[in-house]
Amino acid sequence: MLEIKDLHVKAGDKEILHGINLKVKAGEVHSIMGPNGSGKSTLAQVLAGRESYEVTAGQITYEGKDLLQIAPEDRARLGIFMAFQYPVEIPGVSNTYFLKAALNAIRKERGEEEVDALDFLNLVKEKMELLKIDEKLISRPVNEGFSGGEKKRNEIFQLAVLEPKLAILDETDSGLDIDALKVVAHGVNSLRSKDRAFIVVTHYQRILNYIIPDYVHVLYDGRVVKSGGKQLAIELEKKGYSWLGEETVSAQLVN
Amino acid sequence: MIEAVQKETDIYLSNFAQLERELADEEPAWLRRVRKAAILRYFELGFPTRKQEEWKYTEVRPIARIPFKPAQYELDGLTADKLNQLTFGNLQCPRLVFVNGHYSAELSSLEGLPDPVEVHSLAQVLKEDPDSIEPYLTRYADYENHPFIALNTAFIQDGAFVYIPKGQVLKEPIHLLYFSTAPEEAAVAYPRNLIVLEGNNQAVILESYVGLGERKYFTNLVTEIVAGENAIADHYKLQQESREAFHIATLQVHQDRSSSVRTFNVTLGGALTRNEVNVVLDGEGADCALDGLYLISGRQHVDNHTRLEHAKPHCDSREIYKGILDEKATAVFHGRIVVQPGAQKTDSKQTNNNLLLSDEALINTKPQLEIYANDVKCTHGATIGQLDQDALFYLCSRGIDKATARSLLIYAFASEVVNRIKVESVRVELDKYLFSWLPKGHLVKEAV
Repeated sequence: MLEIKDLHVKAGDKEILHGINLKVKAGEVHSIMGPNGSGKSTLAQVLAGRESYEVTAGQITYEGKDLLQIAPEDRARLGIFMAFQYPVEIPGVSNTYFLKAALNAIRKERGEEEVDALDFLNLVKEKMELLKIDEKLISRPVNEGFSGGEKKRNEIFQLAVLEPKLAILDETDSGLDIDALKVVAHGVNSLRSKDRAFIVVTHYQRILNYIIPDYVHVLYDGRVVKSGGKQLAIELEKKGYSWLGEETVSAQLVN
Repeated sequence: MIEAVQKETDIYLSNFAQLERELADEEPAWLRRVRKAAILRYFELGFPTRKQEEWKYTEVRPIARIPFKPAQYELDGLTADKLNQLTFGNLQCPRLVFVNGHYSAELSSLEGLPDPVEVHSLAQVLKEDPDSIEPYLTRYADYENHPFIALNTAFIQDGAFVYIPKGQVLKEPIHLLYFSTAPEEAAVAYPRNLIVLEGNNQAVILESYVGLGERKYFTNLVTEIVAGENAIADHYKLQQESREAFHIATLQVHQDRSSSVRTFNVTLGGALTRNEVNVVLDGEGADCALDGLYLISGRQHVDNHTRLEHAKPHCDSREIYKGILDEKATAVFHGRIVVQPGAQKTDSKQTNNNLLLSDEALINTKPQLEIYANDVKCTHGATIGQLDQDALFYLCSRGIDKATARSLLIYAFASEVVNRIKVESVRVELDKYLFSWLPKGHLVKEAV
C-alpha cells in the first residue's frame, strides 16, 4: 500500500530525515517510535502533505501512485488520514458540517453518492458512541474550547467517520489519561481491518499495550535505526532511547 | 496647492447659488439660515487634505478633481421588479426608494405601517410641514467642523424622515433604498435621513446604497438617529455602490436615558468610502453596539472613523469592526472612545480585526481612548493577520479543496460579527452576499 524509499526531508535549512525506508501493507499496524526531535512527526506530516517541509530526495509510493505529486486534499480523498498531534481550533466552522463536507468530498472521489443529512446524523451518532464523545462537542466549532483529550478523541472520531485506507496517528496518545487512552485505543482497534493500515507514531510504549502493532520501527536522528516486532517496544520502554545513539554510532563505525 | 483644491471645489459654490435660485423663497427662514451657514463653513474648511490628522490615510483629491453636478431624478428603465432583485429586495417591509437621491413615489411602498408612525420623504415634509422637523433637523450632525457634513447640510433637499411616536413597536424593518442610475455626467447626491424614536418604542431601520455598473458618482450622506428615553433601535447600513463611486457618510446617533441602539455598517462597494459613525450616549443606562464589516478588493479604499462619546454614567458600549482585504485594497480604522468627566461606571469595549488576503493589501488601524472619569472599564484591541496556514492545512488534510477551505476560513472570520445581527432576515441577506462573494461560496454555505 505504502512504500517509502530513501526519503530525505528538510525544514528550512535543516535536514530532518536522512533517508527513511518503510513498507506498509494493507491490514498492518506499524508503530514508529523515537525520542523528541527524531523526526517522527515530520514523517507523519510529510505523508499528509504538509507544504512547509521540503522533500529533497527519495520517493513515496501509495497504491502505485507518486504521493509527493498529490495535493493534501487529494491524498485525503485517496484514503490517507492523519490524526494531528496538535489539532487546530477553527472558530466559526462547525464540527459537524466540516466533517460532512469532508466525507462528501471523499465519497465523491470514490464515485459514491453524497450522504444526506439523516444518514450522516446516524453515522455520526454511532461513531460518537464509539469514541464516547459528548454530543455537545459535535455542534461546536472545530476543536474550539475542547480539552486536550477531547481534541485527540475528536481526531479519532473523524477517522472513524471518514474511514481511510491508511491512518497515521501522530502522537495521539500524548497527554491522554489512561481512561481516554483506552477509549482511543478501543476506537482504533474496532477500525482495524484487512484493508486498512495504521501507522502509530508515538513517544511512549504505553499505547502499544492497547493497540498491538505488527511492526515497530525506531527512529533516531532522522533514520530508522531498528525495526522489529512488538517486543522491541517493550525493550525500548525498559532501556529508554539513549542506548540507540551509541549503537548507531558504533554501527556506523563498523561500516 | 491648497488654492488649487479650493478652485476645483468651487463647483459646489456655483451649484449652491443655483439651488438657492431654484428654491427662491419657498423654504422656511430657519432652513435657509442653516444652509447659508453650512456653505460658508464648507467654504472656510475646504476639502480636507492628508495633512489633517483625521484624514491622514484617506486622500479625497480624486473627489475634488471631478466637477460633480447635482444628481437628477432619472429612472433609466428602473422598475420595482428590478429593485426586488437587489439586496433586501425580497424583504416584505415598507420601503422608501430614492433614485439619485430623490424620492420615488412610484417605486416606494409604505404599506403595513401602523397609523401613528410617520414615514415620509424629507422633500415632502419640507414642502408641507417644515416646522415639524425644525427641532431635529441639522441639530445633531456637526457641520461646523466637517466639510462634508457642511456640504450635505447646505444641499439638504431629500431623504427619509421617520418618526416613531411613543409606545410603538414596529415588527417589520423600514427599508431606505438609495439607488444610483449614474447618468453620463458625473453627479452628486446628498441624502439626508432623519430618524426619530420619541421613546419607549422599537424599530429596525435598513439603509442600502446601491449602484450598478462602473459609473462614477458621489454620494455624500448624513443620517441622524435620535433615540429617546427607553427607545430601542436597530440600524443596518449596507453599502453596495458601484466600484467607481465615492461614498462619504456620517451617521450621527444621539441616545437618551436607557435607550439601546445597535448599528451595523457593511461596506462592500465604492472606490473610496469614508464612514463616520458618531454616537453620543447622553442619558444614564444607555447602551450601544457599533459593528462593522468591510469586504474589499481591487483598489477599493474604505475608511471607518467612529467616535463614541460616553457623556453620562452607567452606559455600555461594544464595538467590533472586522475587515477582509484582498488584492490592493486599503482600509483605515480609527475608533475613538471619549469618556466625559462624570461618566462613571462606563463599560466600553472596542475591537478591530483585519484579515489581509494579499501581500499588497494595507490597513491602518488606530484605536484611541480619551478618559476623563476615574471609575470606568474601557478596553480596546486591534489585530491584523493572514489566513491561518495551520487551519488551512487541517481542512485540506480532511479532503476539502484549498479554495473551499480558504473561503470557509474567511467566512468564519466574518461570521463572528455577522452573527451579532439580531434581525434574522438581515443576517440571511448578508450571508447570501458573503456566499456569492467567496469563491466556492455555495460549498461554504453547506458547511456552516
